[in-house]
Amino acid sequence: MNTRVMIDVDHVTIRFNKSTEKIDNLKEYAIKLMKRELMFQEFLAVKDVSFQVKKGEAWGLIGKNGSGKSTLLKAVSGIMKPYMGSIAVNGSVAPLIELGAGFDGNMTARENIYLNGCVLGHTEKYMADHFDEIVDFAEIGDFLDSPIKNFSSGMTARLGFAIATMVRPEILIVDEILAVGDFKFREKCQERMNRMLSGGTTLLFVSHNIEEVKKLCDHAIWLEKGNAVMTGNAQDVCDEYLARG
Amino acid sequence: MDLFIRRLKSFWYYKDLLKQLVVRDVKLKYRRSFLGYVWSVLNPLLIMTVMSIVFSTMFKKNIENFPVYLFTGQLLFNFMNTSTHQAISSITGSGALLKKAYVPKYIFTVAKITSGLVDFFFSLGALLLVMIVTRAPFSWHNLLFIVVAFQLYLFCLGLGLFLAQANVFFRDIQYIYNAVTTAWMYLTPIFYPVESINERLLWFIKHFNPMYFYVGQFRDLVYYNTLPGPKITFAGWATAFLMLGIGTWSFLRSQDRFILYI
Repeated sequence: MNTRVMIDVDHVTIRFNKSTEKIDNLKEYAIKLMKRELMFQEFLAVKDVSFQVKKGEAWGLIGKNGSGKSTLLKAVSGIMKPYMGSIAVNGSVAPLIELGAGFDGNMTARENIYLNGCVLGHTEKYMADHFDEIVDFAEIGDFLDSPIKNFSSGMTARLGFAIATMVRPEILIVDEILAVGDFKFREKCQERMNRMLSGGTTLLFVSHNIEEVKKLCDHAIWLEKGNAVMTGNAQDVCDEYLARG
Repeated sequence: MDLFIRRLKSFWYYKDLLKQLVVRDVKLKYRRSFLGYVWSVLNPLLIMTVMSIVFSTMFKKNIENFPVYLFTGQLLFNFMNTSTHQAISSITGSGALLKKAYVPKYIFTVAKITSGLVDFFFSLGALLLVMIVTRAPFSWHNLLFIVVAFQLYLFCLGLGLFLAQANVFFRDIQYIYNAVTTAWMYLTPIFYPVESINERLLWFIKHFNPMYFYVGQFRDLVYYNTLPGPKITFAGWATAFLMLGIGTWSFLRSQDRFILYI
């Protein structure tokens, strides 16, 4: 078993500005500045969390709404920078945070496959090589040249999942996405994720479905109001969470 | 230096994304319009016709071949105007995407300016048409316009990056900028002859209006068929790099905070 550390989250704190009203224009800014009402209300979404994910492990992040799970995932994918601490990621990351976020409704599915692939950092040639594979998995063959805005949410999700998982990334980050789509497609996704896991992909998984976490993950971390309450074996953490949470 | 090389590498890595975004902009602009790409030529042509009729009655005596004079100024100003206006909302408009996946953020701004450049090249067809119809003289100088286009591209990149990052924090920047560009247009000799304005204002324009540098050079090459003077050429390059520097610096400085505001 290879024990290379893939994700090293080291005492990470992530800070937000939680001011009561959002000032997003110059006029208000100037008025507030003159009234001396400008303030920065600090809000820590994640507080001093540390964990290490080794190659091939599957980690589940559990906790209530607003406990900082998604924020932590965003920090690992590089979308957000931690305020304190550091995050080191070794390997290619495929974030599956809300499927189809990068789609442009006015473009056809064909164009969106290329666009979305490039957003994930692939080259055009690579996308052309894997084009058929994506279309097959998403089962959208007949709608290739219709604009995405006419797609059902299930179809969009299928396409998003197909593009994101086509790569066999070293690290897969999944945030609460399998809730969409019919059960057959969910099974298909599960199967693909299982296959990727046995192929050595590292998984970071956020879900409110504890059963799913138990089934997919071997480790888990329980977050509560930004603090890591418990880290360790998925079974233990999940049981504890159900008992106490 | 190390950082610079790494940034260049990541830009190269995402070049296909840039291409896709530019293609998307251009495609979407013309999709489902009956005349398609022809609009790029037809639109400036129609505007030019209207303006020619209006203004040639006002400045008839001073300017020969008014349509070409007007066009050389207007095309260039339009490129700056539309591309930076598009760039302003490039970051806020891609918010959904930036929240979900890691992509270098400046790509979206660069894509908007670049699609503006592509549009500019399309509309040069209209200029060519007007030059042929009005029997304007051609010379090898005309081909050097590409240098001016490049200067202006760099300038717009810088300005676009600066505006895009500012707009993330202050959403009313785009309305303020609207007023700025209107004033800017009247301060640029597009439809009036340079000599018709008073000396103090002219001095100001010649020294502080970047668009004057680009329109001036472009006109020298395409309208007067001569090489632009060393002063204006230098001013054009210097302003382009200065603006690019300011834009890049301000963008890189604030890009980590974007996510909290979009």
